[in-house]
Amino acid sequence: MTSNILEIKNLRKSFGEDLVLQNLCLAIPEHSVKVLIGASGSGKSTLLRCVNLLEAIDDGEIFLDGEDISAFGVNPDTVRSSIGSVFQSFNLFPHLSVLENITLAPRHVHGKSKNEADAEAMELLSRFGLAEKAHQYPDLLSGGQQQRVAILRAVINRPKVLLLDEVTSALDPILIAEVLSLISELKTAGMTMMIATHEMGFARQVADELLFLHNGRICEVGDPTLLLESPKTPELQAFLAALRGAGRL
Amino acid sequence: MSYQPSPLRLQREEARRLASRRSTWLALSSTVVVGIVLIFVVTGASGFDRVRETFFSAHYAWKALPQVLSGLWLNLRVMLIAEIFVLIFGLLIALARTTKSPVLLPVRLLAAAYTDIFRGLPLLLVLLLVGLGIPGLQISWLPNSAVLLGTVSLVLTYSAYVAEVIRAGIEAVNPAQRMAARALGLTQSQTQRFVILPQALRKVTPPLLNDLVSLQKDSGLISVLGAIDAIRAAGIQTAQSFNFTPYLVAGALFVALTIPLTRFTDWLTRRQDRARQQQGQW
Repeated sequence: MTSNILEIKNLRKSFGEDLVLQNLCLAIPEHSVKVLIGASGSGKSTLLRCVNLLEAIDDGEIFLDGEDISAFGVNPDTVRSSIGSVFQSFNLFPHLSVLENITLAPRHVHGKSKNEADAEAMELLSRFGLAEKAHQYPDLLSGGQQQRVAILRAVINRPKVLLLDEVTSALDPILIAEVLSLISELKTAGMTMMIATHEMGFARQVADELLFLHNGRICEVGDPTLLLESPKTPELQAFLAALRGAGRL
Repeated sequence: MSYQPSPLRLQREEARRLASRRSTWLALSSTVVVGIVLIFVVTGASGFDRVRETFFSAHYAWKALPQVLSGLWLNLRVMLIAEIFVLIFGLLIALARTTKSPVLLPVRLLAAAYTDIFRGLPLLLVLLLVGLGIPGLQISWLPNSAVLLGTVSLVLTYSAYVAEVIRAGIEAVNPAQRMAARALGLTQSQTQRFVILPQALRKVTPPLLNDLVSLQKDSGLISVLGAIDAIRAAGIQTAQSFNFTPYLVAGALFVALTIPLTRFTDWLTRRQDRARQQQGQW
């Protein structure tokens, strides 16, 4: 069991009458990347939000590194401190500089000194070409830069798994490329990730396994190229046809 | 090749210059007309000379100034101390009202009841209740100084206003900010302290300063309890001479005291508007 960083068993989640996720099972081995695709409303974001405990689940179990994080009495703050989350709308803190955004959790959650946290953050920023932005405020950065900072803000805590929720949906194509190349580098570095995306080209490039969600169920799973080129289920075939029609594939 | 402005541009600039000159003229002339009319109406009134003598006498103004000034020194101390406590209590009450923990329900209810009551009660009534009621209880260890009880009344009333302003600021911060902070593993209180409050206070600084201006001027009301502040001092002078000029002196001093803060508030509001405009968020 411990070979899987994240393991989800029979997850069920509904909002009132609306059943969003049902009988969902998946396992993510260490250093692997799973990519979730599917139409808006298929449950991708909800799944990610359940994993970092931002949503309470109805039924099922979620194991992080062998520990049942869906058990009653688990401290969600402790769980979240070992999961990285990045959102579609960046959500950087506008009153803090880039450096302060990145060092907030290391200092106050992981108990590092300011010097230690700053040094680590600067190293990370320089590695990804953002060092000269360290003392700027998020408003002055491009969307792509903001999203890269948001990703580094999550990565610096050395999360066991990184959850990326449509992180490029608010960006134009050129900015998308810089964010995606950062994510590819993280994959190379061995980061375990679960990614929800609409970028099929990227999904194919980065995914070890592709999961197609439809109406809250995993409808089809497999090798990305195989799945995208010869979909078996009519649901995935329809989804890909719609993407092709919109020029997104 | 150097840039030559096109005739079209020159024409546009000329038109803009003309328009701006015309609006300057209009503003100037309308101000002068209104001024003349006002002077004519006021000085032409049949009671003008008596009013001028009773309210605007340079002689009595000069005579009353030392006492009124020493009274104002009391107001100044009262407003400064009250402002500090108002900001502290206002913040605490606002935080109490925004907590979510079930254990703190009584705190939340108390805070809500407090703001409801003290925003509704006229300050004058609070002053009378606290300033006359507490000494009336004859509890020996409770202080009964008019100045102290007056300050307490001001703090009681204004903390309720300030708490509501701060609460509005807290609720105006995008919920996604809280979510992002919690997702990083920050606790509820860390999120409040490092992420929500700094943004909330920045948003509400202008209305907050506005409440402080109002508190400054209302510090004059403690005179009803017998504290010798600027207004009370002016009243004593007036009682001796039956000339109301000392009140006007006190009024002018109060205005002079609040003007720096009101100007600062305006400047800050303008700066924030500009920053928001540059970010394209309206």
